[in-house]
Amino acid sequence: MKHLLLGAAALAVTASMALAGGHSVVRMGTEGAYEPWNFINDAGEIDGFERELGDELCKRAELTCEWVKNDWDSIIPNLVSGNYDTIIAGMSITAERDEVIDFTQPYTPPDPSAYVALDAGLDVEGAVIAAQATTIQAGFIAEKGWTLIEFATPEETVAAVRNGEADAVLADKSFLDTVAGTDGLVMLDRMEAIGGGVGMGLRESDAELRAKFDAAITSMKEDGTLNALIAKWEVASQF
Amino acid sequence: MFSYCTDPSSLEGLTWLSCYLTTGKHMGLYVSVVVVLVLLAITAPVALAFGFAGASAARSRIWPIAWLGKGYTSIVRGVPDIAFFLFFVIALDQGFEWLRHQVFCPDWEHPIRQGNDFVVCTAAKLPLSNAPQWVHETYGFFLAVLTFAIVFGAFAANVLFGAMRAVPRAQMETAEAYGMSERQAFWRVLVPQMWVYALPGLSNLWMILIKATPLLFLLGVEDIVYWARELGGTKNARFTDYPHGDWRMWYFMALMVFYLCFTRVSEIVLDRIMAKLTHGQATAAGEAQRKAAT
Repeated sequence: MKHLLLGAAALAVTASMALAGGHSVVRMGTEGAYEPWNFINDAGEIDGFERELGDELCKRAELTCEWVKNDWDSIIPNLVSGNYDTIIAGMSITAERDEVIDFTQPYTPPDPSAYVALDAGLDVEGAVIAAQATTIQAGFIAEKGWTLIEFATPEETVAAVRNGEADAVLADKSFLDTVAGTDGLVMLDRMEAIGGGVGMGLRESDAELRAKFDAAITSMKEDGTLNALIAKWEVASQF
Repeated sequence: MFSYCTDPSSLEGLTWLSCYLTTGKHMGLYVSVVVVLVLLAITAPVALAFGFAGASAARSRIWPIAWLGKGYTSIVRGVPDIAFFLFFVIALDQGFEWLRHQVFCPDWEHPIRQGNDFVVCTAAKLPLSNAPQWVHETYGFFLAVLTFAIVFGAFAANVLFGAMRAVPRAQMETAEAYGMSERQAFWRVLVPQMWVYALPGLSNLWMILIKATPLLFLLGVEDIVYWARELGGTKNARFTDYPHGDWRMWYFMALMVFYLCFTRVSEIVLDRIMAKLTHGQATAAGEAQRKAAT
């Protein structure tokens, strides 16, 4: 077995020697399951607010970018181990995440999270709430001590409310806007002010790349294109 | 895909369905079916080779080799699959990159581990970060094959080890009496006869391997279960030309039919192999075959 591993390593070394050199590419990691932030369109490509934003940022920072899909659960571990260089997946900036990775300045203002339920008069305290695992919303419910059911994908959190497994789902308002009004789902009046805006995540050792993206975000904020993009995709309030 | 698909909202019934099932997204699903089949076709023989090597090593009279074989089977069989897939693959990937880092960037002064980050020089990246996406996906695929082969190889090694011991001792003694060396007796007498004892265990492993392919998504390879979940999820008219409700049930039912057909075909093939292997063997089934023939 040892020989086989060494053999495979040697093969891997020689196989990619030919590819060495050339300009570097920035790999952008996203989830592809969180409309309107990022999703897979009919053609099977990554689309949405963050796709358009990311492409524009790369253009302004003069970087060649490539999009990579990764599931939400392992999106931070794969960034720090170097499988891609940025996370651009509707990730809210929190102190907890900031200990592990670094964030650019936020590209959307901090927005409240909303609840969607089948019953508009639902009292969320004491109800069963669904949220996507390892999100700020899941953290918020756990902190409050309410009953929380976690799911791996946003789709499953909404399905849990539809089939009665959970009483309500807590998520970003812009995501829930896409489902409220269908199948009897209604948005509750109550909102929760959690999270500090959404930013791009980068490795802590990648300060140079972070500075480039920060500058690009600043230039998009200044000339109003960022606000226009936010309005187009209805992801958040504007700056 | 088809020329009439430009405005899906005006279509109905089968025409709509024919457009819906040929979107670029559905092509991803069809490709993933092929990926899963190719993975199984490559993994099965590689795992069997790992198993054979492990079992032969465990039988060795030289104790370090025997320990290596026994250690491999017991350790890998003891670790939960999901832990193995999460930890081992990242470790393997970082191990390759660390090796390449030593080769390509000997005069690199920064530490490789910076807090949580694993940072190697650009030339040591595997695949290189400027390689096209398909190279990254192929690399992930081969990591998957290797990991599956190591895990299932350990189980196969245990099955083969037992099968080798199940061959009657008298067969080996006869071979020695004919003057065969130990190596000759192993290859000419033991190995051809052990398969009949190994096959029931190996066919179980094959069935488990077929069902284990959804673990692929942990390795970044998009498998059929990922696509079924993604395609079946509720689609809002704002983001697609083909809006629909929660159709995951239908996609998972299609998956179920696929898996059931696949296991049925496997069973038929395995039964045929078993009949062939039993032929002329000194087992109850072999005896029954002999009687039926006369």
